[in-house]
Order: sequence, then structure tokens, then C-alpha cells
Amino acid sequence: MQDATPALPLRATVDREVTGARVIAGSVAVLVIALFLSLSVGATGVTLSSLPRAAWGAIQGSTDPVLAREQLILLGIRLPRTILGLFVGAALGVAGTMMQGLFRNPLADPGIVGVSSGAALAAVATIALGNGLFLPWTRAFGVYALPFAAFLGGFATTILLVAIAGRQGQMMVGTLLLAGIAIGAIAGALTGLIAYASDDRELRDLTLWSMGSLSGASWPKVVAILPFALLVLIVLPKVIRALNGFLLGEAEAFHLGVDTERIKRLVILTTAAAVGAAVAVAGVVGFVGIVVPHLVRLLAGPDHRFVLPGSALLGASLLLVADVIARMIVRPAELPLGIVMAAVGAPVFLHLVLRRGIGGVE
Amino acid sequence: MLEARAVTVERRGRKLLDDVYVKVPPGRVTAIVGANGSGKSTLMKALAGEMKPCDGDVLLDGRNLKAFTAADLARRRAMVPQATSLSFPFIVIEVVRLGASVPGFDAITTRAHAIAEEALLAVDLAAFRERLYYELSGGEKQRVHIARALCQLAAATRGPQDSAMLLLDEPTASLDLPHQALVLDQARQQAEAGRAVAVVLHDLNLAAAWADELIVLKSGRVLARGAPAAVFNDALLSEAYGCPIRTNATPAPGTPYLLPHLLRLLPHAARRDRRTFPSLLS
Repeated sequence: MQDATPALPLRATVDREVTGARVIAGSVAVLVIALFLSLSVGATGVTLSSLPRAAWGAIQGSTDPVLAREQLILLGIRLPRTILGLFVGAALGVAGTMMQGLFRNPLADPGIVGVSSGAALAAVATIALGNGLFLPWTRAFGVYALPFAAFLGGFATTILLVAIAGRQGQMMVGTLLLAGIAIGAIAGALTGLIAYASDDRELRDLTLWSMGSLSGASWPKVVAILPFALLVLIVLPKVIRALNGFLLGEAEAFHLGVDTERIKRLVILTTAAAVGAAVAVAGVVGFVGIVVPHLVRLLAGPDHRFVLPGSALLGASLLLVADVIARMIVRPAELPLGIVMAAVGAPVFLHLVLRRGIGGVE
Repeated sequence: MLEARAVTVERRGRKLLDDVYVKVPPGRVTAIVGANGSGKSTLMKALAGEMKPCDGDVLLDGRNLKAFTAADLARRRAMVPQATSLSFPFIVIEVVRLGASVPGFDAITTRAHAIAEEALLAVDLAAFRERLYYELSGGEKQRVHIARALCQLAAATRGPQDSAMLLLDEPTASLDLPHQALVLDQARQQAEAGRAVAVVLHDLNLAAAWADELIVLKSGRVLARGAPAAVFNDALLSEAYGCPIRTNATPAPGTPYLLPHLLRLLPHAARRDRRTFPSLLS
């Protein structure tokens, strides 16, 4: 078995490569449709067909009031909302995939291991105490105050998790999962405490926000998440091969040449950053990180070369479509995004658990 | 040449390996044998660079393993651990191809594909190529991982003077008789191609038949080292395993055959040390 390359037929592997490429191409198409829908649909009845006119008007500096209204709706409201939805969905899809790969468990998800709860706690604290105790913080960071706080919350949770699970110099993945659940519960309790102490107006904000929504989308928020989106994009190609190795186990990943400690740090930091930023702009939206990677694996197999980009694309699509549903279903009011996502995601999650139970997945 | 020098490994204050000197030379099959808990797997992990010794050094061609990056090591060493689990729906050939996903070269190339196919043939799994890994039997899974390691050794590029090693931890544990022979024959072929092969075995007769060198471990220490014919004698093996063992001659010169004195086969009078546990029998 030295250098002779036998003339063997390359069947299913190649087929699965083709399937993977097709799934990615299909996901791009689905995302384009989702983007189109998200830009076209809304309470006001302005459709995408007005976009060229509105954009041209904006360039020319037109003062026509009809045009100005279309510009505001399309460029000022729906476009940033769509971009945010794109990022949040992609970030949650990627974070879920990475955690599942690292923990070797298809049920791992930032929502389950407490990273989302930690980010949520920090964000809720910033909202409720932003004009009191946290005033210097909000003054210092402006539009970045909330995403930064959420990022730090997710990050702090992650560090705590790593500290608990990594006491013996090596990270114990099982401990990490269980500790995450406990820390998530503590963060949830503290969030509840802050909500309990809030006044009615804050409470309504918090409630809506803890159920997830893109309704507060704006250009400053888009700018605020940009660095986080970039970070995820840079890290993504670096961890694909390593995560494939991790699926076999940490020791096996090492045997295959993966610098396991470095990859663990990289994945955990990236996940914290992505989830923190997503929670900061959209609140807590569950299940994207579980449902989407699972779907991509069903279609393309578990190779991260396909699962990671596929989950980013389909995560964004799913979130945008869920947001469109949230906007349309009780028009002109809006349903919280988290409710729509949970209605779709929880049954899929349950299905996964049942399948594991009867031995479909070990 | 892979070498352990005065290697001591401790976990929670217990010495798993105690001042162990071993050599795994290229071109030979070195079998590591010993009772349960004698440190065989720990020694394999130390040789693989996966477990860092508290004391002593593991050297690869004279250079400390600590000085190698994970990627450098992966280009020169493949290892099959005792047990591997995989909860994701890979098909068999994809798991084998993971062996070619070592940093520095591309698992997607035609060459890597062809090597993976041949590795699959080598462990008699060609018919299982598209089966889901987690639906295989224990022995089939074990052979998948052996194929993955063979694929890694063949696909990983290295310098002309760099030796390579194959480390197998109980590769035959759940294999039937013909596949035990098949896998050990593959290990031998790797040795004949110039690689250093170390293999943990429980079946002493397999070790005697397939290995050039034996390392007998007891309680984390090396009890004996050498060719099977020299090492396997009644007194030494009986001490290593704590039970009477008798060595017999086989038609093949230099390959001893071992019979444990199984209690069941002894005359009743000799079964003095039989222990009974009344609460388990009521």
C-alpha cells in the first residue's frame, strides 16, 4: 500500500460529495428565496418591486413623500432586519454544528449548555439597569453596549464552563454538558429575578426580548454585529477538518493530527461570540442550532465540509422564514420569533430524542 | 525507532507505568502482553503521544515526542484505540477516509480515495463500503478503524528518512478467527514494509505466532522482553498472569503454544483455589 493507486471504482463517496455540493447549492437557492420573502413581506404592503425605485430615489436625493415612505420601509426597516436575520440564523446554525461536533453529541446546542442563557442574562441586565447601575457601560459603548454585554455574558458563561470542566488540564465533555445545564438554570433564575424587579414597561421589553424578535432591527445593530460575523467567517474554514476528527473522539482527533486543545478553545470562543451577538440583536431564539444541522446531516451526511456551510445557509433561511411568519400571522402586530421557532423546533428535537432512544443514533 | 525511556505515568497518585524502558523498532512487530490493568493501554497511549509521562521520555528517532506537533506526529504514526464510538451517520468508507484527513495533505484527492478503498479491501470490508458505521457489529467496527489507521499511514506524506509507526490496542479483541489472522497479517506486512508496529494482544498464542518481539508487563513494569521463544516460559507467564500456564511446543519451531491450567479441566482434588460466592448462587 505504498504509492500504487489501484484502479478502483469511486462510487458512493463521490456520490455523497456530489450530494453535499448539491445541498449547498440548494441551500443558497433557499436562502435567496428567504431573502426575497423577508424584503417583500410586511404589514405595510410595500413589495420588493419598489426597491429599485426606492434605491434610485435615495441615490438621487428625491423628496417625493411616497418614495420616501417606500425608502424608509425597504431600506430603513426591512433591509437591516433581513441582514440581522441572516446573521442570527447563520450564527446559531454554525454555533450548534460546532458544539455538536466538539461534544460529539447531536443534541448539544448553545441553548442547552447555557451559553444563550448567560448572554441573555447580561443583555437583560443591560436593558433593565442600562439607565441606572449600568449607565457608565451604556454611555461608554453606545450601540455596542447591548451586543457587547451579551457577548461578554456568553463568553463568561463559556469560561466558567471551561474552568469547571477543565480542572484536570483536559476538558471533560460530559461534565461540560451537565455543568452547562446547571449554569443555564442559574442564569435563567437571575434573569427572572431582574424581570421580577423591573417596572411594567421594562418588563414588556424584557418579555418580548426573551422570546426573541427581530422587530428592533436597525442599521446601528447591523454595524454592531459585523465584527462578530467576520470572526465566525474567519474561523469557520479552520475548524472543518478538526471537527470531523472530533466526531471520532478527542483522542482519535489527536491521532489524526488535530491540536485538540487549540481547537477546543477556538470553537468555544467562536461559539460564545456568535451566540452572544445573535442573542444581543434578536433575543433568545432556540432550536435553530439543533434543527438545522440535523437537517443538513440527513441530506448531506455528517462531513463538516458540508454541514458547517449548509447549516449557516439553512439556519439563515429558517430564521428569515420564521421571521416572515412572525410578521404575517397576527398582522399588523407581530408574534415573538422565539415562539414560531419553538413551535417548529421542539417537535424536531423530540423526534431526535425518540430516534436516539430506539437506537437510530448511539 | 520508537523508544520509551524510564517512563512513569501516574493518575490520581497511582502509578500506571513505573520506570518503563521499551523499544519499538522499525521493521518488526512488537506485541505488548500482560494481565488486565498491567499498563498495556497506558503504554500505547504514551507511545502515541496521547498521554504525557510524568517522568521519563518517549523518543521518536531520538527526538522527544513533546517536540512534535500533533500534525507532525499524525504524519508518522497511526493508532487504533481499544474502543471508539461515533454517533454521527458516517458510512464506512467515510470513516476510513478520515484517516487521510491529516493536516498537510488533502483527503479529497483521488490518491486518498484510492488508498481508502484499498485499506477497506485489506480488512475485508469492501462489501460494507456504503453501510452506516453505527449499524455494524463490534468486529466490523474494529476493522473499520484498522482500515482508517492503514489509510492514514499510507496517505500521510513524510520525509524519505522519517519512519512511521502503527499502534494497535487490542485490534483482535472482537474479531473472529480468520479476521484475527487477517488483521495481524496486515500488521506484519506493515512491519515488512519498514514500519514499526506495536500491538497489544490478550491472546498469547496470537502474540507468539505473529510478533517478533514481546513485551510482558506486570503492574506497570516490564517483566520481560524478547523473542517469543525466549520470553514464553512457564514460570514467567505464570507470574505475569498470576495463574498456572504451561508452554507447549508447536510444529513451527520457535513458536511456543500456551495452555492455561483452566480450573475446569483440572482433577477435582487440584481445584483447591476455586472460590465460591454463596450469595451469588442462592
